[in-house]
Amino acid sequence: MSRCALIAAALAACAFPFAAQAQDIAITNATVATGDGGAPIEHGTVVVRGGKVVAAGAGVAVPAGIQTVDGTGKWVTPGLFTAMTDLGLWDVGAVSESNDTEADESPFNAALDVAPALNPSSQHIAISRAGGVTRATVAAFNGNSIFAGQGAVIDLADDAAMVMKPRAFQFVELGEAGAKLAGGSRVAAHVALRNALREAKELAALPAGAARQSDAMLTRPDAMALARVLDGSEPLYVGVERAADIRAVLALRSEFPKLKLVLVGAAEGWLVASEIAAAHVPVITMPLRDLPAQFEMLAATQSNVGRMAKAGVKVAIGMFTGGNQPRYASQQAGNLVALARLPGAAGLTWGEAFAAISSVPAEISGFGGKAGVLAPGAVGDVVLWDGDPLELSSAPVEVWIDGVEQPLENHQTRLRDRYKDLDKSVLPKAYDW
Amino acid sequence: MRVLPAVQRWSASLVLGLALSLTAQSAEARKKDKDEKPAEAPYPSTYKSYPGRPTALVGATVYDGRGGRIDNGTVLFADGKLVAIGGADLAIPAGYDRIDAKGKFVTPGVIDAHSHLGDYPTPSVDAHSDGNEATSPTTPDVWAEHSVWPQDPGFTRALANGGITALQILPGSANLMGGRSVTLKNVPSLTVQGMKFPGAPYSLKMACGENPKRVYGSKGQKPSTRMGNFAVNRQTWIDAKAYMDNADADRDLGKETLAGVLKGEILIQNHCYRADEMALVIDMAKEMGYKVAAFHHAVESYKIADLLRENGICSAVWADWYGFKMEAYDGIPENAVLIARAGACVIIHSDDENGIQRLNQEAAKAQAAGKRIGIDIPDAQVVGWFTYNAAKALGIADRTGSLETGKMADVVLWNGNPLSVYTRPEKVWIDGAMLFDADNPKLRPVSDFELGQPGEGDVK
Repeated sequence: MSRCALIAAALAACAFPFAAQAQDIAITNATVATGDGGAPIEHGTVVVRGGKVVAAGAGVAVPAGIQTVDGTGKWVTPGLFTAMTDLGLWDVGAVSESNDTEADESPFNAALDVAPALNPSSQHIAISRAGGVTRATVAAFNGNSIFAGQGAVIDLADDAAMVMKPRAFQFVELGEAGAKLAGGSRVAAHVALRNALREAKELAALPAGAARQSDAMLTRPDAMALARVLDGSEPLYVGVERAADIRAVLALRSEFPKLKLVLVGAAEGWLVASEIAAAHVPVITMPLRDLPAQFEMLAATQSNVGRMAKAGVKVAIGMFTGGNQPRYASQQAGNLVALARLPGAAGLTWGEAFAAISSVPAEISGFGGKAGVLAPGAVGDVVLWDGDPLELSSAPVEVWIDGVEQPLENHQTRLRDRYKDLDKSVLPKAYDW
Repeated sequence: MRVLPAVQRWSASLVLGLALSLTAQSAEARKKDKDEKPAEAPYPSTYKSYPGRPTALVGATVYDGRGGRIDNGTVLFADGKLVAIGGADLAIPAGYDRIDAKGKFVTPGVIDAHSHLGDYPTPSVDAHSDGNEATSPTTPDVWAEHSVWPQDPGFTRALANGGITALQILPGSANLMGGRSVTLKNVPSLTVQGMKFPGAPYSLKMACGENPKRVYGSKGQKPSTRMGNFAVNRQTWIDAKAYMDNADADRDLGKETLAGVLKGEILIQNHCYRADEMALVIDMAKEMGYKVAAFHHAVESYKIADLLRENGICSAVWADWYGFKMEAYDGIPENAVLIARAGACVIIHSDDENGIQRLNQEAAKAQAAGKRIGIDIPDAQVVGWFTYNAAKALGIADRTGSLETGKMADVVLWNGNPLSVYTRPEKVWIDGAMLFDADNPKLRPVSDFELGQPGEGDVK
């Protein structure tokens, strides 16, 4: 790219926040995957107006006068929705000053709320956006408690309004890690959970400002946060892997009937898939984990997702943190399609696999029909790909969020452009920008 | 993520370089050898190939690992060796099992130049943490093979899902000099000796940058800075030379390894992320009289691809890891293709018990990033990034890493294009013995650890 073109590209990126107008567009003659779990539709059309999807599929009329994008040879999908990420909470993992993913010296736990700390200018947001990710949920890691605090639903647009929904869920860790945090055993973790919910219940029943019992162990903000979990107004995401631990979590609802549970991890979920399905508890997992990384996941297999889905469990692909980047979601999903061809293995159809990184995580996150899907009324998050989005050779060529075309430049693309040649004969590389 | 040290690889020009340095600089170094009786290398390989049947793979797209591609090809192997590789007209001798591979793909066995399987096995419990002897910044005396647990279930996943037939196990990157690596055949065995690749050279794992200075700086110990890293390294090499010159010195395991490097018998695999730091290491190697075979985790190689080409040093890289530490902040997905385009050598490595199951996919991602900026590396060449080039780095390219007559019959039959996400290994042969078959549930290795556990023998 010439220097002029580089400057133009940089200016376009800089200018973007000031020109963030939703465009009315129609993408025509593309292969359309709507995210609903069905097979892709050839020669389809997607229409976006006023920042929302108006229509998507075959036989869709193109409104007169609307700006059209020729999708011939390309694919169109909803933006990817990646569940359980750390997007916007860090710049460099090992540089603690830049990393807000964990607060192990904080006096608070369940009250922690990621929303005010989120940074839309993080490179990880820009790089994930260039990979077709337009929405995500963000959660902190556990600090010194089984409760990690409250996560948010975000969009990845190049603007300041990043948080779609703050305090969207609470996260509690009840597996091996939870045992360690609780003082050394799962036994302690379950007592800590029950005590915390009891204190939340007591606090919620008190008149505003009234003193709590003197033996309260939780801070007041932590207990207040958990009251929202107890009455079901905030889902409780539970980190567990082992089959026995999953059963113990499902049993919580007999004691706390209003809990809205979501399992995170569930590496051995396939062993108890029918129970998870019967409890109508959804799962967010990282599918390709197939090693007994800990004793709590001895039965880990890449067929976990396929087997759970076959049993009727609603399963989303997620848990993208640190070096395991959200833009890998399509690769994870593609591998599940590969498994469907392997004797003895369980995978997903293409449509199911794509839904696991679009509509299903959106539903679990409370945005069913509104995000992760190309359906009338859904957010105008649209990605135009240069090929099958689950294939390794494909990448987004254009991304819209809420109908606004997004810049795809970032630190990586700027480095790429600078070093595409190694010519330093006239000036040092520092002048090449 | 376990951020560990990197491995390296080397090219033909590098081999030449090693030989020259031996002649030019090691006259003194050889002094000590005069009094040494040649001893058999300790802990020798006991690996013997398993029985196989003469096999003909017929009708596949064949990538030979060295850039060659044959459509509708035929691959013949028998008695553990490749017999012939050719087109549809290649005659199949009597007595060969014929496997119809139409629509499928054949490559050399996949090789990972940077693995910690066995020395950081799963389950990842403290009792299994055997990869970093983080008690001194220089531990050239330790050997990775003495940490390898052959029952690591990770070996089985690498075989079945990744088509891995050989791999280098490295010590970690906590130390400037982490110890000797070991190269293994990916065959299940009760002992590490039963996995050792016969005749493979040793490498010394070195690490620059953040890890050593953090590990020792946090203990209030040298090195705590990058300049400390170099000072400790240089003094250690100087001491090793003095040891080589002193015929009366007591035997010293660490200095034996360093002397092996200075004599050109042991390769250097150098974990190094940043371009400026790699350039300094290249000069340190010249100062001390050794040669770096490959920089591992070299996320900034694209900035100095010309320097790396001129020095005959390979880059073992991930497709697109970045940002997890400061020295990885400038990682870009186009790294591999920009290195390749400059004419320097590229290896896709894993450093990860999951990543090793998908080196083919990582290579495909790197290839695709290049295509989007107009650098189109053919599939046949990209396959070399996880086969032949890795073999070169490990010093075993004369025996494996490519499909050539007479070489070890380390072969993967894929159920589709290995650069597609929809493809998996269908059958894997090591020295002509079929050790994995996706169509045969019993032809799937199960570690002792997994017997009687939930999921024993599962597809994984």
